[in-house]
Amino acid sequence: MELWYSEKHTDDVKLSIRVDEHLYSKQSEFQRIDVLKTYEFGKILTLDGVVMLTEKDEFIYHEMIAHVPMAVNPQIKKILVIGAGDGGTVNQLIRYPSIEKIDVVEIDRLVVEVCKQYFSIAKSFNDHRVTIFYEDGLKFVRTVHNEYDLIIVDSTDPFGPGEGLFTKEFYGNCYKALKDNGILINQHESPYYSEDALAMMRAHRKIASTFELAKVYQAHIPSYPSGHWLFGFASKGMDPETDVSSWNKLNLKTKYYNTELHSGCFKLPTYVLDMLEKH
Amino acid sequence: MIEDQRRAPIYEALNEYKRNRIVSFDVPGHKQGRGNKRLTDFLGQACLDVDVNSMKPLDNLCHPTGVIKEAEELAAEAFGAAHAFFMVNGTSSAVQAMIMSVCKRGDKIIMPRNVHRSAINALIITGAIPVYVNPGMSKEIGISLGMKIADLEAAIKKHPDAKAILVNNPTYYGICSNLKRIVALGHQSGMKVLVDEAHGTHLYFGEDLPVNAMAAGADMAAVSTHKTGGSLTQSSLLLLGKAMNADYVRQVINLTQTTSGSYLLMSSVDIARSELAIHGKEIFKKVVEMADYARQEINKIQGLYAFSRELCNGDDLYDFDITKLSIHTRQMGLAGIEVYDILRDDFDIQIEFGDIGNILAIISVGDRPFEIERLIAALAEISRTASKDPSGLYDHEYIDPEVVYSPQAAFYANKKAVAIEETEGMVCAEFVMCYPPGIPILAPGEKITKDILEYIDFAKEKGCVLTGTEDMDLNYLNIVEVE
Repeated sequence: MELWYSEKHTDDVKLSIRVDEHLYSKQSEFQRIDVLKTYEFGKILTLDGVVMLTEKDEFIYHEMIAHVPMAVNPQIKKILVIGAGDGGTVNQLIRYPSIEKIDVVEIDRLVVEVCKQYFSIAKSFNDHRVTIFYEDGLKFVRTVHNEYDLIIVDSTDPFGPGEGLFTKEFYGNCYKALKDNGILINQHESPYYSEDALAMMRAHRKIASTFELAKVYQAHIPSYPSGHWLFGFASKGMDPETDVSSWNKLNLKTKYYNTELHSGCFKLPTYVLDMLEKH
Repeated sequence: MIEDQRRAPIYEALNEYKRNRIVSFDVPGHKQGRGNKRLTDFLGQACLDVDVNSMKPLDNLCHPTGVIKEAEELAAEAFGAAHAFFMVNGTSSAVQAMIMSVCKRGDKIIMPRNVHRSAINALIITGAIPVYVNPGMSKEIGISLGMKIADLEAAIKKHPDAKAILVNNPTYYGICSNLKRIVALGHQSGMKVLVDEAHGTHLYFGEDLPVNAMAAGADMAAVSTHKTGGSLTQSSLLLLGKAMNADYVRQVINLTQTTSGSYLLMSSVDIARSELAIHGKEIFKKVVEMADYARQEINKIQGLYAFSRELCNGDDLYDFDITKLSIHTRQMGLAGIEVYDILRDDFDIQIEFGDIGNILAIISVGDRPFEIERLIAALAEISRTASKDPSGLYDHEYIDPEVVYSPQAAFYANKKAVAIEETEGMVCAEFVMCYPPGIPILAPGEKITKDILEYIDFAKEKGCVLTGTEDMDLNYLNIVEVE
């Protein structure tokens, strides 16, 4: 028997992955949650039918979302992660002994429960520095002032429960929640397919109008639409394109991130630069 | 009763019509959309399938004897009315039908001045004479309230020959008058009481909301089912109390109503009525919860005041419609219209309207807590980044008009266009209003004063869309020529 899972990347493009076993399926208050065991990507988590992570390539996304800001500002002590119910981002962050507190805001409690059951990266939630708040991210940051050194927005796509995290009011509230040296990292979607690209440009425009500095970096993630993924780096002044070689002294073993790549990942293809400049 | 309310006769008849696969050699000419593929692709086949003409099995809006009659009877039952008319030209047409049903040329009608333009339009058509009662003004929030009972009593005493009293209840902002008392006063003096209830559909179904017009004993009410009830834009209901002659009112409606009533609009009222009758209580409970939560959070934001029942004073602010999210913005140093523009331009949030001192967000059956969070967060951002010193802002909204001619006499008088800055002291021959909310700043027949001109200047400067005048840029104003 052949069982295939397909994700529509556009109306006319699909990515299909052969499935060994359908391990979990349930509709939560917010979305449909599925865990599939696949031959090529190991276990994968999908929300509303869209791949959130695969065991095989999650390291790329999570290393890039966590190590880039940590290398820019090694003094980061207090972090807010929004979304991220799978624990992948936190799994990278807890490797830094210098971090004192990691607050995670996830709207869907069931995502966390399911990930704890099926994915080893979610064990990171057991770290004593981690506190999980089950609420709307937008609501959480609204009441926070001058509190965090780093906010990581590890959201789903902007069409669903994550929609409020792609808005100007959200980025503005994040700005207020950050300290003077604060950094915001935003998962920026892909620049390739037009609908994703539009979301990316809108997110970038809103962040750029809120923060003093807004740059974009990229990574290559095979299981995400087009494989070409962008992240936004915004700050109240701290520039990511700086010498980060001291990060190597931490001796963290990574599979994707390194400090050479750090300086390279801010160099973007011309068509992406054109999109960012226009907006 | 609930069993009956599950029925939706027009909807059922349209489904039956589709099942019978009737070959149509009648209008509309698009013939179930086949003749206009682009339109069909855009609106959807299901929509074009039921865009049909009146015919025996589908009844006729101008002379209902079949499914439309049944649907109107079910609506009357659901709203506690003696009779209900489906209206397809907006609640404006319902307001006009109310006035035209009780006033002839030269008859007086008592009303507060902050009525919607549709009411004064009806005066132009009928030639009825308005007797304005100055609505109270809230110093705190800078908006006009309802009529004071003492003022209404004085107006009735001075004009005992008036044929009717028109009340706008609730107002756009959610302000309610003492409707039961007004009805009692009107009926004691032999006057009909008409209620422009455009913003009040939910009052018939929710709990712990202000009293609705039919329950208060009013003679007629114009209810915008499309505003908070879930039917399609432009569809509406006209409700009648026991003392009205429904057959005469139908004749009045038919003076101006289309003979090609849209079945899309009619079926939407039919279905919305059924949904409201069955689920209305829970729907509006949720709406009130969302509105209360939003008020509580917004009132923590510097410079904003989301007002509610705490302002009630037993008279001109008798009750407040707690489903409305009305927010006073003056203390933030921004006019409501400025906040309205910032929300749309910078935050992609469209609210109902903003005027000089307030904004109004409509919360309804279609909203989710997620959108409420966005609105609150955006307002917090505006407060953080755009607040100004409030001292320079205009602080009153209601300007007592001096009526020189009846609206009809002024509208049809010899007029000339005069540069607006030179019109002080002249009599206006047209409407000037901010839209929304569509409450006239000047109506035909009113004297143009310095106060009013200053107010217009300020509204223009803050970016209000001023409408109603022949000169769409409002550099010139039509005034009544004095012979």
